[in-house]
Amino acid sequence: MKLRDLSAYLQLEPIQVSDDARDVVGAYTGDLLSWVMTRLEADFAWVTIMNNVNVIAVAALADASCVIFSENAEISADVIEKAKAQNINLYRTVKSSFEISYMIGKVLYAE
Amino acid sequence: MGEILKLHFDVDGDDFTSAGEASAEVKKKLRLLGYSPETVRRVSIAMYEGEINMVIHAGGGVADVEISEDCIKIVLEDHGPGIENIELAMSEGYSTAADAVRSLGFGAGMGIPNMKRYTDSFNLESTVGVGTKVTLVINT
Ligand SMILES: Nc1ncnc2c1ncn2[C@@H]1O[C@H](COP(=O)(O)OP(=O)(O)O)[C@@H](O)[C@H]1O
Ligand SMILES: [Mg+2]
Repeated sequence: MKLRDLSAYLQLEPIQVSDDARDVVGAYTGDLLSWVMTRLEADFAWVTIMNNVNVIAVAALADASCVIFSENAEISADVIEKAKAQNINLYRTVKSSFEISYMIGKVLYAE
Repeated sequence: MGEILKLHFDVDGDDFTSAGEASAEVKKKLRLLGYSPETVRRVSIAMYEGEINMVIHAGGGVADVEISEDCIKIVLEDHGPGIENIELAMSEGYSTAADAVRSLGFGAGMGIPNMKRYTDSFNLESTVGVGTKVTLVINT
């Protein structure tokens, strides 16, 4: 599914979008970076409440489609700047990590 | 036998913002050179963990990377406090990271286990008060 369709369906707030024509083939939810790094695959959406610049580094290493900040996490200017520089798509939602993950699962893995 | 490409990085110890830059650079290079996504991923994860460890535990260090046709070798060296009990440090979940570091999402104690898992050869030498040297080899 295209990122733009997923974000529209989930009614995500775009924070920094470089390329929403890319595919989303799966998703991962988590906040411990060492853990996420080994589970997050290329073209995955990543749901997290972690909101520092290292999130961008991990998203870039994994080649994630986007980062979705849950729980209306505050996002600082340096995070946005780094994401822009590395072409990482950022979105935000007021929903909890569980709620948004559930919705992603419904649309992404629905038969 | 192909040639060997050598890269050197200074990893800044007092700046979390730039942590990961060296591994990002290596990742970009490997991609351009046409290495498989699997190889690129293994190198990226292992090197990022090593880079982060130098930043959070050792006040920074240097990374030397050798890229050749059949393997990628990464040497991370610092002059930090060193590791007292290497066996303990290598076990999953063990971490001495401060709370401030944990609140950034680090300190899960998975770094060294990840480095081992994603490499074909892993070697850690450390002397308390002198520093730590980690050598990682990923066969292509
Ligand atoms: N370069 C280093 N210098 C000093 N101590 C280190 C270094 N790398 C790792 N350590 C020690 O080994 C422990 C385990 O490392 P790791 O598995 O990466 O977990 P984490 O970084 O999450 O604490 C660290 O908490 C630290 O005590
Ligand atoms: Mg670590």
